[in-house]
Amino acid sequence: MPILEVKNLVKSFGKTDVLKGIDFSLEKGEVLSIIGSSGSGKTTLLRCLNFLEFAEEGTIKLNDKILYEGGNADKMSDANIRKATLHFGLVFQSFNLFPQYTVLKNITLAPSLLKLDTPENIEANARKLIERVGLSDKTDFYPCQLSGGQQQRVAIARALALNPDILCFDEPTSALDPELTGEVLKVIKGLKSADSTMIIVTHEMEFAKNVSDKVMFMADGVICEMGTPEEVFDNPKSERTKLFLNKSLENI
Amino acid sequence: MFLEVSLKLLEGFYVTLQIFGLTLLFALPLGLIISFGSMSRFQPLKWFVKGFVWIIRGTPLMLQLIVIFYGPGLVGTWATKAIADGGSGFLIEWLSTWHVFDRFFAVMLAFVINYACYFSEIYRGGIESISRGQYEAGQVLGMTKSQIFFKVILLQVIKRIVPPMSNEIITLVKDTSLARIVMVYEIIWNAQKFIKSDGLLWPLFYTAAYYLVFCGALTLLFGYIEKKMSYFRS
Repeated sequence: MPILEVKNLVKSFGKTDVLKGIDFSLEKGEVLSIIGSSGSGKTTLLRCLNFLEFAEEGTIKLNDKILYEGGNADKMSDANIRKATLHFGLVFQSFNLFPQYTVLKNITLAPSLLKLDTPENIEANARKLIERVGLSDKTDFYPCQLSGGQQQRVAIARALALNPDILCFDEPTSALDPELTGEVLKVIKGLKSADSTMIIVTHEMEFAKNVSDKVMFMADGVICEMGTPEEVFDNPKSERTKLFLNKSLENI
Repeated sequence: MFLEVSLKLLEGFYVTLQIFGLTLLFALPLGLIISFGSMSRFQPLKWFVKGFVWIIRGTPLMLQLIVIFYGPGLVGTWATKAIADGGSGFLIEWLSTWHVFDRFFAVMLAFVINYACYFSEIYRGGIESISRGQYEAGQVLGMTKSQIFFKVILLQVIKRIVPPMSNEIITLVKDTSLARIVMVYEIIWNAQKFIKSDGLLWPLFYTAAYYLVFCGALTLLFGYIEKKMSYFRS
């Protein structure tokens, strides 16, 4: 049974149709990479899963339970949306750490506000996560004292602290200097072995190839091609995928 | 004589400080509420608040003081006269009960409304300058709207608005002298009395020392607050 099932997701901004019926499913523990050029709808898809945007049509099913039905946003209470959001974690392109809090407080803030556990357990768990992303010596630093790569690793720990069923990454390395992307990608790779279900929107083709169980290529709001990394990268069926991959390789 | 003048001015400055302190006490929170109104997604409310802020910021504070102090009395007199001339009705009877406010109360009302409007625009600028990403980060972490505002946004807003706020607050110190227009005995009024009673002009000049010392202290305070919050960048 798939952990996530997305059916016919449709989203438009004004007259622009951004998602034109997205269908896919994901098994527990799988890593899905979404690739495609800018404006293809990758980020919007991720934002719909995290309820930062609301799809007009379609359903999102988690563990066989309907989490969201298109056009239902008005009927959903704020509390229900918040509850649904917690099934997903999101790591942003621009980190969005809370600048006035230390690394530790950034991670403990939401769990303590939501009263998920005792303060001691929340802090102990946060320290474990900080260690996992390799920042034990930065626990009491403020975001402005960290490099971009370190900030993004804190953001990953912050998302993990809520124990989401599915962790989403929205171009996690796009805002980083090339020499800093490695450390972030390494952390994400490390999560894979820990059996996390992940959806990664990325422009890092090599990384997508190495880390994913499934790769989705999007163009113009539809899924052009989806399959194993070998299928999509080595034997792409659609012309658009070939064109896109050729272009991405040219850049390197 | 110098000591006598100093004490008399100090007495006046105490009233000045009262106007200053009470205005801040009420206008700071009221300004936040007004700023929410001017950012409301409910258009009629938004435009009503924006119109109100336009009127308050578009007319002199001195004029507002005069209108608030003399206005209700004029309305009351007019309504009483209208009743004497045979007018009747619930509204006119209610209006006839209007009378002038206590002087100090009128001054406070005018200052609080005026400064709340200015503060509201500073708050609005600060709130709108915070990136959407901060709200979204709170949202995906399952925080409620008020948790996001109070735990994430507010301190960042405060940090950004300290410089414009300190400017406005220092202006307030000196604007309190407008209260003498409706005969509230603040420091300038007390100094001017020496012109009439003793033919002395220097006490009026001497008031500057009081303002300078107080504004100097405020400048130090705001500098301290800015430094206190320099541990993070947003």
